[in-house]
Amino acid sequence: MSEPEKFDCIVVGAGPAGLSAALTLAKAGVEAAVLERGEYPGSKNVMGGILFTTILDKLLPEFWKEAPVERHVSQRRFSLLSRDGELGFSFRTGAFNEPPFNHTWTVLRAKFDRWYAEQAEAAGAMIIPGMMVSQVLTEGGKVVGVKTEPGGDELRCDVIISAEGANSFIAEQMGLRSALDPSHMAVAVKEVIGLPRSIIEDRFLLNGDEGSAWEIFGQAVQGTFGSGFVYTNKESVSIGVGSTVHDMKRYKLNPNDVLEQFKHHPAVWPLIRRGETLEYSAHMIPEGGFQHLPRLVADGLLLTGDAAGLVNASIYHEGSNLAMASGVLAAETVIEAKKRGDFSAASLSSYRHKLENSFVLKDLKKFQRVSAFFNDNPHILRDYPNIFVELLSDYFTVSESPKSEVEKSLISKFRREIGVLNLAKDAIKIGRAMR
Amino acid sequence: MNILVCVKQVPDTESTVRIAADCKTIQSQDLNFVLNPYDEYAIEEALRLKEARGGEVTLLTVGSEEAKKSLRTGLAMGADKALHVVCNHNHQDSLATARALADAIKGLPHDLILCGKQAVDDDQAQVPIMLAELLGLPSVSAAVKLEIKDGSATARREIETGVEIVETSLPAVITAHKGLNEPRYPSLKGIMMAKKKEIGEVNCAGGTDQVETIELCYPQPRVGGKILGEGVAAVPALVKALHEEAKVI
Amino acid sequence: MKVLVFAEQREGEFRKAAIEACCEGRRLSTGGDLTVVVIGKGAYGVARNLCGFGPDKILSIDHPLLEQYSTEGYAMALDAVIRSEKPDAVLMAGTSMGRDLAPRLGARLGVPVLADVVQLSWQDTKLSAVRPIYSGKLFTKIASLGRPGIATTRPKAFPAAVPDPTHQPPVSVFPFEISAGDIHARVSQTQSEAEGAIELTEADIVVSGGRGLKSNENFVLLEQLARTLGAAVGASRAAVDAGWRGHGDQVGQTGKVVSPTLYIACGISGAIQHLAGMTSSKVIVAINKDPEAPIFKIADYGIVGDVFEVVPALTEALKAMK
Ligand SMILES: Cc1cc2nc3c(=O)[nH]c(=O)nc-3n(C[C@H](O)[C@H](O)[C@H](O)COP(=O)(O)OP(=O)(O)OC[C@H]3O[C@@H](n4cnc5c(N)ncnc54)[C@H](O)[C@@H]3O)c2cc1C
Ligand SMILES: Cc1cc2nc3c(=O)[nH]c(=O)nc-3n(C[C@H](O)[C@H](O)[C@H](O)COP(=O)(O)OP(=O)(O)OC[C@H]3O[C@@H](n4cnc5c(N)ncnc54)[C@H](O)[C@@H]3O)c2cc1C
Ligand SMILES: Nc1ncnc2c1ncn2[C@@H]1O[C@H](COP(=O)(O)O)[C@@H](O)[C@H]1O
Repeated sequence: MSEPEKFDCIVVGAGPAGLSAALTLAKAGVEAAVLERGEYPGSKNVMGGILFTTILDKLLPEFWKEAPVERHVSQRRFSLLSRDGELGFSFRTGAFNEPPFNHTWTVLRAKFDRWYAEQAEAAGAMIIPGMMVSQVLTEGGKVVGVKTEPGGDELRCDVIISAEGANSFIAEQMGLRSALDPSHMAVAVKEVIGLPRSIIEDRFLLNGDEGSAWEIFGQAVQGTFGSGFVYTNKESVSIGVGSTVHDMKRYKLNPNDVLEQFKHHPAVWPLIRRGETLEYSAHMIPEGGFQHLPRLVADGLLLTGDAAGLVNASIYHEGSNLAMASGVLAAETVIEAKKRGDFSAASLSSYRHKLENSFVLKDLKKFQRVSAFFNDNPHILRDYPNIFVELLSDYFTVSESPKSEVEKSLISKFRREIGVLNLAKDAIKIGRAMR
Repeated sequence: MNILVCVKQVPDTESTVRIAADCKTIQSQDLNFVLNPYDEYAIEEALRLKEARGGEVTLLTVGSEEAKKSLRTGLAMGADKALHVVCNHNHQDSLATARALADAIKGLPHDLILCGKQAVDDDQAQVPIMLAELLGLPSVSAAVKLEIKDGSATARREIETGVEIVETSLPAVITAHKGLNEPRYPSLKGIMMAKKKEIGEVNCAGGTDQVETIELCYPQPRVGGKILGEGVAAVPALVKALHEEAKVI
Repeated sequence: MKVLVFAEQREGEFRKAAIEACCEGRRLSTGGDLTVVVIGKGAYGVARNLCGFGPDKILSIDHPLLEQYSTEGYAMALDAVIRSEKPDAVLMAGTSMGRDLAPRLGARLGVPVLADVVQLSWQDTKLSAVRPIYSGKLFTKIASLGRPGIATTRPKAFPAAVPDPTHQPPVSVFPFEISAGDIHARVSQTQSEAEGAIELTEADIVVSGGRGLKSNENFVLLEQLARTLGAAVGASRAAVDAGWRGHGDQVGQTGKVVSPTLYIACGISGAIQHLAGMTSSKVIVAINKDPEAPIFKIADYGIVGDVFEVVPALTEALKAMK
C-alpha cells in the first residue's frame, strides 16, 4: 500500500483560520492535511456566535444557501448596564435582510465547523480529526513536520500553517513569541440556552430568520474591560461574558459568577428565562492587539487567526473574519512559496505585507490603543454606566417637583459625580484611542 | 483466520436526541455520529486475533451513505477491508438488518463473526443472534473474555447469578461486552490509510419491515433538586424523607 | 388472546423477572389463554411454583441436553411448543437469558422481537410495546407485524402479583427430542456469585459508588450501607475502570440498567451515560460534595457532603431505626 509520507502543508487546527487555509490550498492543488485535536471539527470550538463572512462569501459564494447558519443579524444593540438599569442603543434595517445579509450571521460552531471541514475535504484537503499536534519537528531550525498524539506518529511536510487558536503552543515552541501574557488575554464563558423558536422571535422582535446581536458593557461584566453578549440562534440563545484576565484578577472575579449575575440582570433575564442550558464552555481570547503581535513567520511556519493574536477586541468583537482572512492569505503565501520551492522565513515574509494591506492589520492598528486606554481608565466602564443610569432615572422619575428644579438638581449631581470637564476629557480620550 | 465484524454508526452517547416533526423519527441532522462503543470492542478483539494468528478482518455495515463513516473508523483502527451493505428497510427491525447482513455474508469466507453486544441507539441487542440463526451458526452473547483454539472458542459471559463459560464450535457469532479488551485509538497512519481505502458495496434485498413505529415520546422529566442539607447534619432529614415521604425504607 | 410465557429458572429458582412476565402475560391474555413453559432440569417439579400466578396451563420440558441453558437448545424447544400451541404473543423476561434467547427464536420463526419493553398492549391484533431507546432518552411505541408477537420484558418494569394458592392449573410434560449435534455452543462451567449476594438488576435498593470513593477499600462503606438496607452495590464506570469494582457492577449505558425503588448515588457526578442506567429508579438519592454536580438535578433527595462522613452516618442512622 502506498501511503503519503509527506504533505506540502500541514494545517494545525480546523477552526475558521485553518479551514480557510486548507480550502484555499486544496483549490490550488497544494496537498494539505488538517490535523484537529477535537473528535470532529467544531467539537471543541467556542464562539459567541457571530460569524463575519466577507471572506467566506468569496471562498464559497452564497454559502448561506447550504451552510448550517442560524440567523442573519439585522438588528444590533449596544447597551450599558448599571446594577439594575440599562441604557441602550438599537439599530435595525431591512437592508440587512437582503443578500449578502451584511455578512453577519449567528452560527453554532459545532455545526458550522463540521460543515466547513466537509467543504475543504470536498475540495481535496485531508481532514484528520481526533489528532493533536504535540510537537513541531525541525531539522537545522527548519520545520520538517509534526508529531501527533495519541500514538506519537510523525507526519512530514514542507510548511506548517498554525491555526490552533488562542492557546497556540507552536508560536512559543518556535520562538515567535514568549509565553502568553495574562494582560493580553481575555477569558470568556458562554452558555447556549435552548428556547422554542417562536419565543425567541417574540422576545427579540424578530421576523422569520432575522437575528439579533446585543453587546453589553458596564455591569454586564461588573465594570471590567470586557463585555457581555446575547445572540439569537434559530432555537437557542448564545449568552456569555468576556473580560481581560488582568481585570478579573484586579476585581477578584470568577467568570462563572460574572455570567450568572449577567444572566440574572433584570434587563437580561426575561430574554432567557425558562430556557434550558444546552451547553457551557469557557475559552481564552488573545486581545493583545497590534502592539503585541507575535512574529508571524519562521522557516516553514506561518501563524494565523487567534494563534497569531489576530482579534479585534473593540466593540466589534471580530475574530472569525480575521481568522478566515489570515488563513486565506497564509495559504496564498504558501502557494507562491511552493512555486518558488522556497519555504524559508524570507520567502514567507510576504504574508505580513498581505495582512498589512488587508483590513486585518489595518483594523488592529486602528484600535491598538483601546485596550491600554481602558486599562488606564478603569472608571469609565466601572462608574459611568451607574452614574448615567442614575441621572436618567432621576430625570424620568415622575414627581410633583417642577421640572426646572429637577433639571437643576440633576446638573448639580452631574457636576458632583463626573464634571463636564472630566466627561469631555474622557470623551476626547476615547475618540483618540479609537482613531 | 477470516474475521468479519459488523458495525453500526450511532449518535454520540453525549448527544441530546430530539424527536422530529413526524413523531416517528429523530432529528438527525445536528447529531454527531460515532462508531457504536461496543463495536469498538469487537473490532479490537478481531485485530488482536489477527495479529496473533494472521488472517484478515473485514467490516460490514448496513445503512446509509453516512453510516460508512463507521467503516472508516474501523479501517483506521486497522481492519483490512470494509463492505457497505445497501438496502432500504426500517431500522427498527433487527430481523431485516440481520437478513441483509446474512445475505452479504453468505458469499464471504468467515471463521468468526464478531459484533457489539448492543447498538446504543435502538438498544436492541438482537441483530447478531438473529444473524447467527439465519446463517445456521452458534452464538455467544456479551462475552467479556474470548479464547480461540483451532475450530473452537471459549467465551466468558456474565449473567445475573454469576459467570458462564461457554464453549462453541467455529464459525460462530460472538458479541462483545465492555471488559473484553481496551480498544486502541486509530493511529495517524491508520486514519490516512483508511481515507484512501476502497469500501466495497453490495446491494441486499433485506427483508420486509415487520416492525411498525407508532410514535416516539420523551420520558417524564425527573424533577429532582431537593437538597436536604449539608454533611452529616442532613442525614436525619434524609432518613425521615425516605421513610415517611417516599416510603421506600 | 392466546399468550405463551417462557418462565426462566436456574437450578429450580425462578427469576423475579420471570414472575413479572407471567403476570403481564396473564393481563395481556385478557381473559384468553395463558400457557407458561418451563425448561430445564427438574422442570416438571418446579413448574408448580408458578400455578398461583394464574396460567391456564403449564408445560414443562426436561431433557438431559437441556440441563444447562443453551441458546440453540432452548430456542428449538420453544419453537416446538409455539408450533404446537400457536400463541398470539410470546413473552419472556429481558434478562441475560431472555435477551439471548428471544432473538434466536424470532429469527427461527421469521418474526421480529420487541426487546426490553416496559409496556405492552394490543393494537387491534398486533402486539404493541413501549420501549426505551437511546438509553432512555426517548421512548418508542412500536408494533410487531409478525405472528406470534414476541417481546422481552424489562425487569422491574411490570408488577408481580401476589400468588393465588387456590389456582391449580394442569401441569404437563411437553414431549420434545433433541440430539447433541443440534447444540454447538454449550455452557461448560458456571461460577456462582457469592451466596446471598443481591443481584443488581433485581435489587429493590441499589447503593452505587463513583470516583468520589477514591479507592477499592472505601467501597466497604457502601457495602456496610448496602447490608443495612438489603441492597446491592453498583458503581460508575469511573470506579470500574479504576479497577475498584468488577465490570458486572457497572451501572449505565455500557453497563447494567437498574430500576430499583431506591438508588443511592455516592460520589457520582451524574454523567449522562451513568444516568442512562438508573433514571428509571423510583427514588434517587445523591450524596456528593459538589453542590453543582449534575446528579442533583435528577435526585429526589440530595445531601451536599463528604461521602466518607455522610455514608457511615447514614448507615448508623438506619441501624438505629431498625
Ligand atoms: C466566547 C467567545 C465568543 C466569541 N465571539 C465571537 C464573535 O461573536 N464573532 C467573532 O468573529 N469572533 C468571536 N470570538 C473569537 C473567535 O472565536 C476566534 O477569533 C476564532 O474562532 C479564531 O479562529 P481560529 O481558527 O484562529 O481558532 P479556533 O476557532 O480557536 O480553532 C482552533 C482549532 O485548533 C484546534 N487545535 C488547537 N490546538 C491543537 C493542536 N495542538 N493540534 C490539533 N488541533 C488543535 C482546536 O481544537 C480548534 O478546533 C469569540 C471567542 C470566544 C471565546
Ligand atoms: C461511550 C461511553 C459509555 C459510558 N458508559 C458509562 C456507563 O455505563 N456508566 C457510567 O457510570 N459511566 C459511563 N461513561 C462514563 C461517564 O461519561 C463518566 O465519565 C462517569 O460516569 C463518571 O463517573 P463518576 O461520576 O464516578 O466520576 P466523576 O465524574 O469524576 O465524579 C466524581 C464525583 O464524586 C464527587 N466526590 C469526590 N470526592 C467526594 C467525596 N469525598 N464525597 C462526596 N463526593 C465526592 C465529585 O464532586 C464528583 O461529582 C461512559 C462514557 C462513554 C464515552
Ligand atoms: N445496521 C447494522 N449494520 C451492521 N451491523 C449491525 C447493524 N445493526 C446492528 N449491528 C451489529 O449488531 C450489534 C447489536 O446491535 P443491535 O442488535 O441493533 O443492538 C451491533 O453492535 C453491531 O455489531
